[in-house]
Amino acid sequence: MTTDSTTDLGLPGLRSGTEGVPTIDAGETQTGKDFTSDQEVRWCPGCGDYAVLKAVQSFLPDLGLRRENIVFVSGIGCSSRFPYYLDTYGMHSIHGRAPSIATGIATAREDLSVWVVTGDGDALSIGGNHLIHALRRNVNMTILLFNNRIYGLTKGQYSPTSEPGKVTKSTPMGSVDHPFNPVSLALGAEASFVARTIDSDRKHLTAVLAAAAAHRGTSLVEIYQNCPIFNDGAFDAIKNPNTKADAIIPLVHGEQIRFGAPLESGLGSKALVRDTNGGGVLVVEAADVDDADILVHDAHHDDPSTAFAISRLTDSGYLNQSPIGIFRQVERATYDDQARAQLTTARGDSEDDPQARLSALIGGGDTWTVV
Amino acid sequence: MTKQVKQLDRVIIRFAGDSGDGMQLTGDRFTQESAVFGNDLVTLPNFPAEIRAPQGTLPGVSSFQVHFADHDILTAGDAPDVLVAMNPAALRANLGDLPVGATIIVDTHDFTARNLAKAGYDANPLDGDGLAEFAVHQIDLTGMTVAAVKEFGLSRKDAARAKNMFALGLLSWMYGRPTESTISFLERRFARVPDIRDANVTAFKAGWNFGETTETFIVRYEVKPAPMAAGTYRNITGNLALAYGLVAGGVQSGLQVFLGSYPITPASDILHELSKHKSFGVTTFQAEDEIAGVGAAIGASFAGHLGVTTTSGPGIALKSEAIGLAVMTELPLLVIDVQRGGPSTGLPTKTEQADLLQAMFGRNGEAPVPIVAPQSPGDCFDAALEAARIAITYRTPVMLLSDGYLANGSEPWRIPEVSEMPVIDPDFATTRNHGDGDDAEFWPYERDAETLARPWAIPGTPGLEHRIGGLEKGDGHGNISYDPANHDFMVRTRQAKVDRIADSLPPLEVDDPDGAAKVLVLGWGSTYGPIGAGVRRVRKAGYQVAQAHLRHLNPFPKDLGEVLARYDKVLVPEMNLGQLSLLLRAKYLVDVVGYNEVRGLPLKAAVLADVIGGLVAEAEGIEVDLTPVEKEIR
Repeated sequence: MTTDSTTDLGLPGLRSGTEGVPTIDAGETQTGKDFTSDQEVRWCPGCGDYAVLKAVQSFLPDLGLRRENIVFVSGIGCSSRFPYYLDTYGMHSIHGRAPSIATGIATAREDLSVWVVTGDGDALSIGGNHLIHALRRNVNMTILLFNNRIYGLTKGQYSPTSEPGKVTKSTPMGSVDHPFNPVSLALGAEASFVARTIDSDRKHLTAVLAAAAAHRGTSLVEIYQNCPIFNDGAFDAIKNPNTKADAIIPLVHGEQIRFGAPLESGLGSKALVRDTNGGGVLVVEAADVDDADILVHDAHHDDPSTAFAISRLTDSGYLNQSPIGIFRQVERATYDDQARAQLTTARGDSEDDPQARLSALIGGGDTWTVV
Repeated sequence: MTKQVKQLDRVIIRFAGDSGDGMQLTGDRFTQESAVFGNDLVTLPNFPAEIRAPQGTLPGVSSFQVHFADHDILTAGDAPDVLVAMNPAALRANLGDLPVGATIIVDTHDFTARNLAKAGYDANPLDGDGLAEFAVHQIDLTGMTVAAVKEFGLSRKDAARAKNMFALGLLSWMYGRPTESTISFLERRFARVPDIRDANVTAFKAGWNFGETTETFIVRYEVKPAPMAAGTYRNITGNLALAYGLVAGGVQSGLQVFLGSYPITPASDILHELSKHKSFGVTTFQAEDEIAGVGAAIGASFAGHLGVTTTSGPGIALKSEAIGLAVMTELPLLVIDVQRGGPSTGLPTKTEQADLLQAMFGRNGEAPVPIVAPQSPGDCFDAALEAARIAITYRTPVMLLSDGYLANGSEPWRIPEVSEMPVIDPDFATTRNHGDGDDAEFWPYERDAETLARPWAIPGTPGLEHRIGGLEKGDGHGNISYDPANHDFMVRTRQAKVDRIADSLPPLEVDDPDGAAKVLVLGWGSTYGPIGAGVRRVRKAGYQVAQAHLRHLNPFPKDLGEVLARYDKVLVPEMNLGQLSLLLRAKYLVDVVGYNEVRGLPLKAAVLADVIGGLVAEAEGIEVDLTPVEKEIR
């Protein structure tokens, strides 16, 4: 099985994440070029960021949104240069803080499609607090987390997703830090949409972006992204045609979780089943178990436990195995919709002009008049 | 019995008790009664950082001082004329502040061996003649309260809790305060618990009647209303006035206010207040931390709202990098610092002015930020509006430095007419500003020739799509630039933009009645009251002294250097170790004299009068005797 077959994500459209954002007029068309700014792209040759940028530039026209109503916010790091290369509104902010800035933008304006571009250091280390709180609040935005498992812009120190023992400039004897699994972290932080995709798989990446944009709430998309300079080959196993069938565990809502070399049926030779001992999930040979025992992926389940168990199948070191796809997508009221609704409720149907209401406000309480 | 009525021009009362005794509420009600009566007044709440410090101990003492007068007053008063002490610790903690002859009303109920020991008394101070120099009234306030509210069948503990209202009733009788507002307040406050409501109202009335009938008190006092400028007044704390000023800033600019904030003493009340005003389109976002608070506010400003963040000194330290981002991206942003004692966690509930240099310089790189400071609780309203004007007009973060004293202190405030308030034009960019016709582009850093402000183009505006960020911008087009000459130019331009704000400021108001003073007293922030009162004392003693107070700390008013040069001596009193002094010395090469205290409390007028007197003696080569040459107005 290849990742190509995972691009039908099997997810029905819920209330759209872009509802309220103005769309282009009938007959008007947009192309990737419309979203390309005049700035020279300055990533290293071979960087995975190029592929993601290209995919996003060609995907954005599909949304049919007015370009001026799209905002990209980033933090600091290689990937955070992203907004400069898109001809939308954008802010390249400070290290780790993009989710908080995006929270302000998304809460202030329902008519904007808000995107955050961040990396493993930006989102999970210096900005970890903002990430988890954005996820629990469920502010309507899409967070693209470029995970290359290394610090690139500061030239090669280990990151919070680097494997234990990693030898880098700052860890000559090997890292003794235990890494985060971003998907597990997001699920633990009450995220309503969590997905993982790969920089080089344009089709799957695009499909995940579409699902993330359509989701109302905070969508976290982890993108495995190769750093050819400081961590080259970290994701080779899931990219190499000879190994990827065994390395990628594709998640498609409503389908059995099967992977490995295909059997005659066309389905993968390996499968996931529930671990009746530990509560997690196990990789087994499909032929060794009852078909009915094979786990059917349910991204919409209220309880994130199974999604979490699946996320634990990710290798932290050299990647020989990783679930790819949408782990979780559930509907939950968003912070920004509710905050705006409170403003509307408080306003009521008062027709008084604001200055008259201001005058009444400051003139309230116990007053006295001196003549 | 008929009581004698004695006229006073002013009185300072301090209510003191355990932090659970309701002293802040008692003081606040007495203040409201005095305000409604028409006295001028200033208050000074003083409470521990702990919500319920160990009962009966010195650290647990909470107090509220109110100064009310038949004339215009400026401070909460140096020393109380009357101390109401609800327990031994309250007596012991406050006794040192009392002048000889002061009145002490003590609740004897809690003067038990255990409570005396907790307060560190070996023997009961009420026995013997240790308090002989004061007029002491020993009253079992608690016992009488419990007796008075017996009919409501409350537990003894609940019944005793109404003792603060008994004390308030007694003091209200003594000073002829109107009682209606307190009774209706209690009825509203305890509407859902009729027993408690009735007990409090009954205790309040019982306190009043006790004063009326007992022979303990043979004199009532009268402090006539103060003459004030015509208008409608209310009593207001600094935090409330500041919150109203922010709402007004939104209304007067037509922008929705977005507050991103993290709770911190003594600023949280601004968050609480603004959260009530959603009907004005005010969004309050309680963030996960200080950084997210300012981050969300910056995001909201980028999106076309008026971004505001409120905090105290430790929060500013955390927000510094984000404030630098707002400097670089040149977005409007209000940063409210309600200063408290520092460094580090410091004295959370006490006041200080030691964040001036943090506001001025506390960022990496050359990151100039305009600074405004209110001078009294009511003035927080105007200061907030002024900060909004500067932020929006000049596209810049603005720091507003309030402090704990202004935040919680109160004064009568003449409610302004909306027509008196400035109208602020956000002037959003709507069209491309560089080049012509089809080739026209939008340049986010092409500046207004007069203000040097850049255009504010908000998302949703077609054709003006652009990217901003923390990296250095090329002049005009705003693209990333590492060019040395460009960086030098941009650093100087950001500074010049802030400097140009001075063009919009009025000349510094100098109060120098005869124009003959040789000494100028220059202050900023909440020291306005004590400085003004100190200056008055010196003048009443027949000497010349000038006073000026800075609303704008960055940039300074354009004529400040010239004003400083007019005087032989310049005194700068501050609740820090000389931060404004340092700025003045550096900028104007003037040898200003500092008077500095960092006790967590407002400066005292009498102390300042002595310091000013000393400088006048030096400057004029004369002996200075501060005995008033006419009736003292303190």
